[in-house]
Amino acid sequence: MPRRGNTPIQGELLQGTLDLLILRTLALGPAHGHTIAHAIEHRSEDVLQVEHGSLYPALHRLEDRRWISSFWGTSENNRRARYYRLTPAGRRQLTEQTNRWDQIVRAVNSILRPA
Amino acid sequence: MSVRRFFRRAHWDEERARELAAHLAMETDDNLARGMSPAAARDAAYRKLGNTTLIREEIYRMNTIGVLDTLCQDLRYGARLLRVNPGFAAVAILSLALGVGANTAIFQLLDAVRIRTLPVSHPEELVEIRIAGEDDGRSGGFTGRRPMLTNPLWERIRDRQQAFSNVFVWGSPQFDLSAGGESRPAEGLWVSGDFFTTLGINAALGRVLMADDDRRACGAPPAVIGYGFWQREYGAAPSALGRTLTLDGHPYEIVGVTPPGVFGVEVGHAYDVAVPLCAEPFTRGVRTGLDRRDMWFLAAIGRLKPGWSVARATAHLNALSAQIFKDTLPNYGPEDEKAYLGFKLAAYPAGTGVSSLRETYESPLWLLLATTALVLLIACANLANLMLARATAREREIAVRMALGASRRRIARQLLAESVMIAAAGAAAGAILAQSLSGTLVAFLTTEHERVFIDLAQDWRVFSFVALLGMAACVLFGLMPAMRATATNPGVAMRAGGRGATDTRDRFGVRRALVVAQVALSVVLVVAALLFVRSLRNLVTLDAGFRQENLLIATLDFHRTGIPEARFESEYGRLLDRLRGEPDVEDAARARNVPVSGSFSNRKLVIDGTTRKENVNFNWISDRYFRTMGSALIAGRDVDKRDTPAAERTAIVTTSFSRVFLSGQNPVGRTFQIDEAPGKPRPVYTIVGFAQDSKYADLRDPFEPLVYLPAAQDDQLSATLRLVVRSKLPLASVTSAITALARDVHPAIVVSFRTMQSQVKDSLQRERLMATLSGFFGGLAALIAMIGLYGVMSYFVARRRNEIGIRMALGADRPEVVGMVMREAGTLIAAGLGIGVVSALVAARSARALLFGLQPHDPATLIGAAVSLSAFAAIASYIPAVRASRLEPTEALREE
Repeated sequence: MPRRGNTPIQGELLQGTLDLLILRTLALGPAHGHTIAHAIEHRSEDVLQVEHGSLYPALHRLEDRRWISSFWGTSENNRRARYYRLTPAGRRQLTEQTNRWDQIVRAVNSILRPA
Repeated sequence: MSVRRFFRRAHWDEERARELAAHLAMETDDNLARGMSPAAARDAAYRKLGNTTLIREEIYRMNTIGVLDTLCQDLRYGARLLRVNPGFAAVAILSLALGVGANTAIFQLLDAVRIRTLPVSHPEELVEIRIAGEDDGRSGGFTGRRPMLTNPLWERIRDRQQAFSNVFVWGSPQFDLSAGGESRPAEGLWVSGDFFTTLGINAALGRVLMADDDRRACGAPPAVIGYGFWQREYGAAPSALGRTLTLDGHPYEIVGVTPPGVFGVEVGHAYDVAVPLCAEPFTRGVRTGLDRRDMWFLAAIGRLKPGWSVARATAHLNALSAQIFKDTLPNYGPEDEKAYLGFKLAAYPAGTGVSSLRETYESPLWLLLATTALVLLIACANLANLMLARATAREREIAVRMALGASRRRIARQLLAESVMIAAAGAAAGAILAQSLSGTLVAFLTTEHERVFIDLAQDWRVFSFVALLGMAACVLFGLMPAMRATATNPGVAMRAGGRGATDTRDRFGVRRALVVAQVALSVVLVVAALLFVRSLRNLVTLDAGFRQENLLIATLDFHRTGIPEARFESEYGRLLDRLRGEPDVEDAARARNVPVSGSFSNRKLVIDGTTRKENVNFNWISDRYFRTMGSALIAGRDVDKRDTPAAERTAIVTTSFSRVFLSGQNPVGRTFQIDEAPGKPRPVYTIVGFAQDSKYADLRDPFEPLVYLPAAQDDQLSATLRLVVRSKLPLASVTSAITALARDVHPAIVVSFRTMQSQVKDSLQRERLMATLSGFFGGLAALIAMIGLYGVMSYFVARRRNEIGIRMALGADRPEVVGMVMREAGTLIAAGLGIGVVSALVAARSARALLFGLQPHDPATLIGAAVSLSAFAAIASYIPAVRASRLEPTEALREE
């Protein structure tokens, strides 16, 4: 349930932002798609509502670029699930993209709130 | 995107389906945990996840190489269409295969004869050394297939040149393997010491010839044999090494076998035996050319030193020329001497070898390639027409698909896929067909007397040629119909009834244009065919001045008999007399040169004290030569017993002689001299006979002045007796009679035979090839064009069924309907003929050199081609016309 005052943002995540969020989530340890989706929602205090469906093409794309790898495992409540984990290349990519994100935020902020 | 994933995309899709199912299950669990009812929990999970099929499709697309995926689909679809319609597929593939096969076969030959470099190391460094430009001033004896140099010239070039790291000469004698009796010829090679080392040829067995093997006055020279000869004569036994081989009665020791595919430097001929040049006297005896300055029988090839260009080598040879020719001046008359001293040696690129075959057949082969290209073009036009018809039949289907959102390019690509299948199958079948065709062509070039060796290896050039043809054909017949088929407005196509409303004048116009093009192209090919066929006919039927039938040419070689030269004349006379005594020999005579054999002698004449500039042909004959040949003696007497060596010199001349030198008067009683070198006697010849004109060196030459001298008065003693024998008996019995007679005179006489008819036939090989092939292609082209015309006219009739029905209902009778269809056909045919005749006039000029007895713009030929094609075209369009006239008006109208 979204909290009051925090209007959820849906379906208009910046291009590439979802990738960054997935990588960040996986930096904490391997997870399956369901966990990733909920983790992003929780950590953004439910502002970022991930459409679960769009998560899977993104995961596929990241795996294709070899930033993450996957394996089948068993979930906490005993269900077979496909787990993803960050590869070393993915970790580098995360650092790089985080820096890039910071740059953009700083740049946009300096325009919106001139000192 | 990895290609690996592309091929495993089905597996990946399944994987995703499982993953998504797991996701749904977990979300449902969560929702249940939050207290939802099971149904609501699952619905909420589905809502949250979104459309799973869409997700899977998105991922599937990510795994797909789009073009590759649809290409596979299209090809499968194309193959299916062809399977459904085997008749169409067969016609399409067969006509393409014929076109591609013919083109490829001709190209293979051109590749082997003209384009491919010699199979030796670094062929691009090889150059031929010969006299630059016109070398008309050379006179003397010319033997072998490439008489470019004399041995004295060669020795000086070898010793003085600086341009080549290695240089060699070769001559091409024909050796005789027999020990006497009927000859067994073998293709020979006289090579100087560096022949094999310069070319970089190693032995397959034993060794090749070395510089040391070729020393003047070599006594027991070694021989190297070719691979084919080794297989034929020795069954490929290694024990052939060390065996003795008898060539022209002289023993040689076989020291090596060269690898398969090695044929020397002359394209079209493979040697059987190569021996050192120093062995030449064993074959020629006292007539050896090694020290003769006017015996041309060698050709030289050098390998350029690193950094030397052909131009630099030529400049170098040029600089050496003056001294070399001065040092080797033969005993020539003043005219020839001047020319000889002015000669310049030059280097010519020889990386593709040298070839007399090439000179004879290069331009015919290019011409044939152009012909076959036109045939392929006609076949493509025909296919394009068929494809258009099929596209029309499918236009509703195409319209529906376009209306459902298929892109134009996608549909065009699918239509093209079918063409690609046809083109690929046609090209592949054509390539296979080409193998047997090119083999047949080579067999065609081989005559009884001349073995042709052509290596028809499949190289990358032939392969790319086939691929190129296939692609070009595909573009020609596939692209345009595909583009047009998809250019329709779906709405219009859908609205129209069963018939194609889109089949406007415009669309039909293309099909008509294609038929006009086919007719025009086939006019060109039929004209070409008629020109060549008529040329051959002119040559075959012309009056050569003698009768070819039942005439045998026998050559008796006395070289190995050991009979002293002084006795040759009397031996020859006695043999001839005995031959005439044979019961079934009608007549027999001697001649130094036999007509149309290619060999001839010519000199210049002094008439009434002035030297005439014309070269005049000479022949030396015995009595009864004219009777044997079937030529007429117009006035005066034949050669007879009075013409002894000691007697006054006499001559018999021909009509052309009298026309050129004596303004047509009766020559009997007139005299002339031969323009001899200074210091040599110039006897006066009195003309005692007047004979009809006869062809001499070549059937294609016009009648030229010819002088016959008595063989008995021939100053040049010859160890070879050449006879012409007329007999109605089967060939074998005459030849065995002559062989027995020769053996009786001396067992070491070598005899060889040839009929005049086969000699004439062989001399017309090129014309026969052109006539046969162009005739075949012309017929094929006409046939395909007529099929095209028939198709279009049938279509025309089908398209206008209603109109015809209405006309007939309103009272038009059958002839009127037939007339209507024929008028339409007539327009097409007339347009095609018009364009075709103009193109033929332009195209035929390139064939001028290959024609005999008629001009490229020969009106009779043009008219003949036009009339015969019109006749066939009329038949092709009459069938649909009659069908149209048999329409039942009520039926045709009811269909609407």
